[in-house]
Amino acid sequence: MMNRKKKIVIIGGGLAGLALAMKFCERNGEVTVVSYQSLKRSHSVCAQGGINAAIDAKNEGDSPEKHFYDTIEGGDFLAHQPLVRDMCFQAPAIIHLMDRMGVAFNRTGEGHLDFRRFGGTLYNRTAFAGATTGQQLVYALDEQVRSNIHDGNATALEWHEYLGAVLDSDGICRGAVIHDLKTDEIYTLPADAVVLATGGPGQVYGRSTNSVVNTGAAATTAYLQGAKYANGEFIQIHPTAIPGQDKLRLMSESARGEGGRIWVPRKADDRRDPNKIPQNERFYFLEEKYPLFKNLVPRDVASREIYDIVYNQNMGVDGDPMVYLDLTHKSREFLDNRLGGIMDIYTKFTGVDPRDHPMKIFPAVHYSMGGLWTDYGPDQNGLIDHGSPRNQMTSITGLFAAGEADYQYHGANRLGANSLLSCIYTGLMMARGIMNYTDSLEKSVDDIPSTVFDDARNHWKTRFKEIKKMNGRENPYQLHQELGEVMLANVLIVRDNKSLEKATDEINDIETRFKDVKCLDTSDWANPSPSFINQLFCMIHLSKIITKGALLRDEFRGSHYKPDFDLNQPKDFDPHEYIEYLEQKQYGDISEDKFPAGHLDYMKRFEENNIKWLKTTVAQFKDNQPDITYDEVDTSLITPRPRKYD
Amino acid sequence: MRRRTAASKGRHPKKGVALPLDGEVIHKTMTDKKITFKIKRQDKPGSPSYWQNFQVPYKPFANIISCLMEIQKNPTTKAGKTVAPVTWDCNCLEEVCGSCTMVINGKVRQACTALIDNLEQPIALEPMSKFPVVRDLQVNRSRMFENLKKVKAWIDIDGSHDIGEGAIMPDSDRAKRYVMSECMTCGCCIEACPQFSLTNSFMGAATFNQVRLFNLHPAGSMNKEERLDAVMGEGGITDCGNAQVCVEVCPKNIPLTESIADIGRQTSWQFIKNLLVK
Repeated sequence: MMNRKKKIVIIGGGLAGLALAMKFCERNGEVTVVSYQSLKRSHSVCAQGGINAAIDAKNEGDSPEKHFYDTIEGGDFLAHQPLVRDMCFQAPAIIHLMDRMGVAFNRTGEGHLDFRRFGGTLYNRTAFAGATTGQQLVYALDEQVRSNIHDGNATALEWHEYLGAVLDSDGICRGAVIHDLKTDEIYTLPADAVVLATGGPGQVYGRSTNSVVNTGAAATTAYLQGAKYANGEFIQIHPTAIPGQDKLRLMSESARGEGGRIWVPRKADDRRDPNKIPQNERFYFLEEKYPLFKNLVPRDVASREIYDIVYNQNMGVDGDPMVYLDLTHKSREFLDNRLGGIMDIYTKFTGVDPRDHPMKIFPAVHYSMGGLWTDYGPDQNGLIDHGSPRNQMTSITGLFAAGEADYQYHGANRLGANSLLSCIYTGLMMARGIMNYTDSLEKSVDDIPSTVFDDARNHWKTRFKEIKKMNGRENPYQLHQELGEVMLANVLIVRDNKSLEKATDEINDIETRFKDVKCLDTSDWANPSPSFINQLFCMIHLSKIITKGALLRDEFRGSHYKPDFDLNQPKDFDPHEYIEYLEQKQYGDISEDKFPAGHLDYMKRFEENNIKWLKTTVAQFKDNQPDITYDEVDTSLITPRPRKYD
Repeated sequence: MRRRTAASKGRHPKKGVALPLDGEVIHKTMTDKKITFKIKRQDKPGSPSYWQNFQVPYKPFANIISCLMEIQKNPTTKAGKTVAPVTWDCNCLEEVCGSCTMVINGKVRQACTALIDNLEQPIALEPMSKFPVVRDLQVNRSRMFENLKKVKAWIDIDGSHDIGEGAIMPDSDRAKRYVMSECMTCGCCIEACPQFSLTNSFMGAATFNQVRLFNLHPAGSMNKEERLDAVMGEGGITDCGNAQVCVEVCPKNIPLTESIADIGRQTSWQFIKNLLVK
């Protein structure tokens, strides 16, 4: 046992990082939070609509078990089930905790927490603070961490960038290499454990709903250092965003949760003012096609439907690839109270008031279900051992990942309002395991020779010196834009192998051109150019992980839609038939005539496809390329079955 | 669910048709128009500032951020001189993170919501003047964050373990708190405040608003007096000159003058109480 406080370095000041920081301080640990900019400004603030917890405040018969089922089904059964179950069961306690910390959650007439609906569920399960829930949750956790900083339990290194892990001769992570973004100094922070809570990689696509810092560089650096990266090809495209030159701004799913309706004029290229188009001349395509879930089908489904309407049926508004998201039937007071944040964003960026006019929206890259491969420790019942050092550990011992940077909670498609939950859950849950991990080590970081740290620091110092010397013809920001264009054109909602092969070639070209990049600024004070070039290098590698994973996965699952491998579910199919089929199979008598025509054949194909593809994609860095293998998924609690939302 | 309609046939958009995410809507209306900028630059703290002019191609929906990104892609001044790209702070680009505050055509605001179509050219960009400049348009706002610690802008919870529901609260109280809690520590109110200077210790409207926010919470009110004591000394609430410009520039429409008045009242009572008790 060590005679000092256990110390961890947390990279990232979003929900996952801050939740862990708070919990670790509470357990008497010593925390350093490294943040690319001031705390309070992380991408988590962009989350709008809410956070899920099955508290059943509306007496609908909701339960954590149903939340678990919806999450697994929404993710097309690709997530490890015990872990997701644990998250859903912890969710009510997490909401109550955030409420106690002062989050201004909307409340009911009696003063309890109010809940609204979100996609992929039929229950009012989403707690919310107006339409800026992420911001409010970040502030509450930030305040707790700030209080710990005030009391001397934690330190914040703002304006610092993570460059890489310090690995000892056994490959164990013993600290982090840090870059001071103002002074340009590069140094190491020795630690008992390092946690990457660095968010998602939306910048790989150039413009997305993500923030500027979401380059995925930290996670990619871990991959380049030997960590496994999992399910990279599963990128969520959010159905509703608005255009911009710098970013695509999200219009929360809560707009539909509160009654927003998606439609296009029934007559293509009908250029009338939308308010003048009568009801019977409007095509509410989601409501017509999915009478059960209506506008609240999961995001992968909604995005594909919008794609179909605007490209295959050419019914986009004014001939543009856009559809209406309509809230004009709701009162201004209602909208200001429950959706004020997004009402303001839409008004400020488009000059049109969505309280009076239907919003014009289209899909945008939003979230990565994939991320660093992380582990979890089961207990003797096959559920989660909260004290296991394996929890959230990457394949590099001592290096952990949490939040969007890890892959474990959302399978092939994330349900709305589950991301805030998974971030806070992982942060809180992993603290005990890290404590136990540090106890389990034979050698503490204090016994590691200083040369290990010197080598790591020198490696990065040399790397940055070399970057500053780059004096080629390519502008790194321009190259980044081109990388984004390749990804948007080929690795998006509808995928096919020809385009994916094309993308692979184009990314390789960009990788070659990267060698000819010019470092635009070589000064040594507050100079973002060298960091950006290093991030661009990481984004190129990450785009290869995403593209290769997508190319190899010849199936249709969740957000990964390859029409060539669609199993074409019969229109009148009922998922319960599949459970029946499996039972009959178990008893050895499948009666062909028991199922409607074509169903048995479909179910057999579905079963075969799952045997082949219901697997985690695992990428490892080998010969400058991602080497892809597949791992089993723990489906021990709910039998995987076809999804259906009508 | 599995797709069954035309979408499942997976026909692709016709060749040459961009995806919606590729900004087709935006690009097809591109013109030869240019946007002109006048940007105040400074290489490091303490070094002299200087102005440079830039021109970037006009694009619909462009904002200050997208234009600064254009300058990164082609860091050449209007006079044709290649320079280091302009540096600035930003992150979320949808006015919830508070990062990209700067002075645009003389007015303090977030650069992300400053749409080019609504601005007169040449557009003048300057860093905020009430904070030390780091570089170009970047400033150091750590004084605001330090103030959050001074007034203990947090709720002292018993622990993060599961001890059940939070306090029951009327939604009207929640709504009042919510408006105040949208403060992004962006610095607009500070920049506009005639009382706040680089050298004095005035706390500013954002900090007083935080005191009111936490004093209004059932659990937060238990540490009400500590917070009030913190704003009763030098740089505190009595230094407010009541210029009322803070509330005019707040991008989140936080009722800052109400907060100041309320904290004024709360500290007055606290002052009397301190006289009687201490």
